[in-house]
Amino acid sequence: MGEDKNIKIATREAYGAALAEFGEDKRIVVLDADLSKSTKTEMFKKKFPERFINMGIAEANMMSAAAGIASCGKIVFASSFAIFAGVRACEQVRNSICYTKLNVKIGATHAGISVGEDGASHQAVEDMAIMCAIPNMTVISPADSVETRQAVLAAIQYDGPVYLRLGRLAVPVLFDEKDYHFEPGKGVLMRKGSDVTVIATGLMVHIAAEACDMLKKEGISARLINIHTVKPVDKGMILDAARETGAIVTAEEHNIYGGLGSIVSSVTAAGMPVPVKMVGIQDKFGKSGKPDRLMKMYSLTAEKIAEQAVEAIKMKRK
Amino acid sequence: MDTKEKQKLKIRAAKIRRHIIEEVHSASSGHPGGSLSCTDILAFLYFEKMKVDPSAPRWADRDRFVLSKGHCAPGLYATLAERGYFPVEDLTGFRSADSYLEGHPSMTMVPGVDMSTGSLGQGISAAVGMALAGKIDGRDYNVYAILGDGELEEGQVWEALMAAAHYKLDNLTAFLDHNGLQIDGNIRDVMSPEPVSEKFRAFGWKVININGHDFDQIEKALCEASATKGMPVMIVAETTKGKGVSFMENEAGWHGSAPNKEQRDLAVAEIDAMIEKLEAEQAEK
Ligand SMILES: Cc1ncc(C[n+]2csc(CCOP(=O)(O)OP(=O)(O)O)c2C)c(N)n1
Ligand SMILES: [Mg+2]
Repeated sequence: MGEDKNIKIATREAYGAALAEFGEDKRIVVLDADLSKSTKTEMFKKKFPERFINMGIAEANMMSAAAGIASCGKIVFASSFAIFAGVRACEQVRNSICYTKLNVKIGATHAGISVGEDGASHQAVEDMAIMCAIPNMTVISPADSVETRQAVLAAIQYDGPVYLRLGRLAVPVLFDEKDYHFEPGKGVLMRKGSDVTVIATGLMVHIAAEACDMLKKEGISARLINIHTVKPVDKGMILDAARETGAIVTAEEHNIYGGLGSIVSSVTAAGMPVPVKMVGIQDKFGKSGKPDRLMKMYSLTAEKIAEQAVEAIKMKRK
Repeated sequence: MDTKEKQKLKIRAAKIRRHIIEEVHSASSGHPGGSLSCTDILAFLYFEKMKVDPSAPRWADRDRFVLSKGHCAPGLYATLAERGYFPVEDLTGFRSADSYLEGHPSMTMVPGVDMSTGSLGQGISAAVGMALAGKIDGRDYNVYAILGDGELEEGQVWEALMAAAHYKLDNLTAFLDHNGLQIDGNIRDVMSPEPVSEKFRAFGWKVININGHDFDQIEKALCEASATKGMPVMIVAETTKGKGVSFMENEAGWHGSAPNKEQRDLAVAEIDAMIEKLEAEQAEK
């Protein structure tokens, strides 16, 4: 896989570009709630104004209206910040979109603390937990722009509700468009390894890759798995990792309650119990600050992942 | 308010405007446009109207204020600092990881903030709650709130307005900062909440229409609000987004972007010239 650490693109940027790219499909309708410049749905709006609808600052109405539009045979992308799309309008998403299994894709940008300066009120740290807990919902948290583009395409091809968890911050491009193939529900083995497995999602994937480099220097062979589809999760790949490496560290930009760490733990607890250490937000709200600084303050770092990997290895049963 | 007092308040408002520019400039992010459009209302409330004590921000009988359009934190923080709740020097820490001045108002972190806001539509409901509590406890404090006109698009706002009229909350006065703009453009183009005054009236509120940059009109409206019994009052204030900084006025682009060094210098020079002029007038009087 072609890693070019110099190129950084925000997943929200790739989302907007993908909507514009695949927007020729006349079934696609894009909704936004007065944030089209930030969510980047503006790119679709410029190309297909007749199929873009600004619903105003009214996310609850947007979600139920999206359900209505989808019930008439359209593929609807409804966008706002994760805190408003996934958290504020949660009950509308549940009853109007998921209970009905309608063809609505939620493009939730600005997830996590890497939102930065806007602060706690705008930083969703619980959206994955909420969305994963709703039956019929598929939850995808892409690691980079290439994965985002293909996830948007997969969401178009899939008939049913999808929650796309996207970021504000520009992140390194990890994959090469030519040889990367996105398969919903399948984990991506990024590095082979036998001592411990790091399982990451979203922007934590590139940070986890750094952690694996650090571990390698200490003579520890760390496997790296990218879980882009948090639900339904790739149980097979997680259980294989548990069996073959005997220790796991999860890494996510989300509360440790109800996110990737919880999901991985429930899979291993039921199928192959091994120590699972969770790197994530330790049940706290975010705060204002520069994204890089916040990632350090909340211990979402390669150092923390590497440290927890060592801890997990220590806990292995002899 | 006599002319001397009015002149003092104008100078105060200009200082608040300068702080707003410094805050968003030093943070390289934040919301200048809407902060500048509600500055005069904030200044009047905190310096002329509200019964508050900066040395006792949680005093039980104080008047309450809720900035329902919480993104205008720079305006609220500047006003609170000028009023003495915390040092004005702290304002330049706005939005930085080492500061308590969160990007959106936080009642657990910032002295003087009565309710955490930032998610539009929720503040006005909280203000309704404060007014209800005042009635339950038989306290005679008043609750004030500022709403954005784009914010009116949130259905929750109308739930709050309905509840306030239903419970005859005459201890609640809200301002609508009617600047005509939201992020994606003109409110009439994006998702029109108009005609607002008629809607507020239909929801059981007394409506007073004013120019939101005219202290005499703000004063008169607030007196009328205090005298109103049996219903909540909405003061629909016609305002200019970006007021006081010529290149920011009526520009949707200045909703949520920070001035760079050059733009900051221009804005501050303009405001300083205004302060100088006001002070010269004051000396003459
Ligand atoms: C529930 C919610 N949705 C979206 C946003 C993002 N947002 C912040 S400010 C804003 C526009 C507000 O417009 P208006 O109320 O007119 O404010 P003003 O013009 O006074 O700045 C939006 C959509 C938010 N803060 N809360
Ligand atoms: Mg407005």
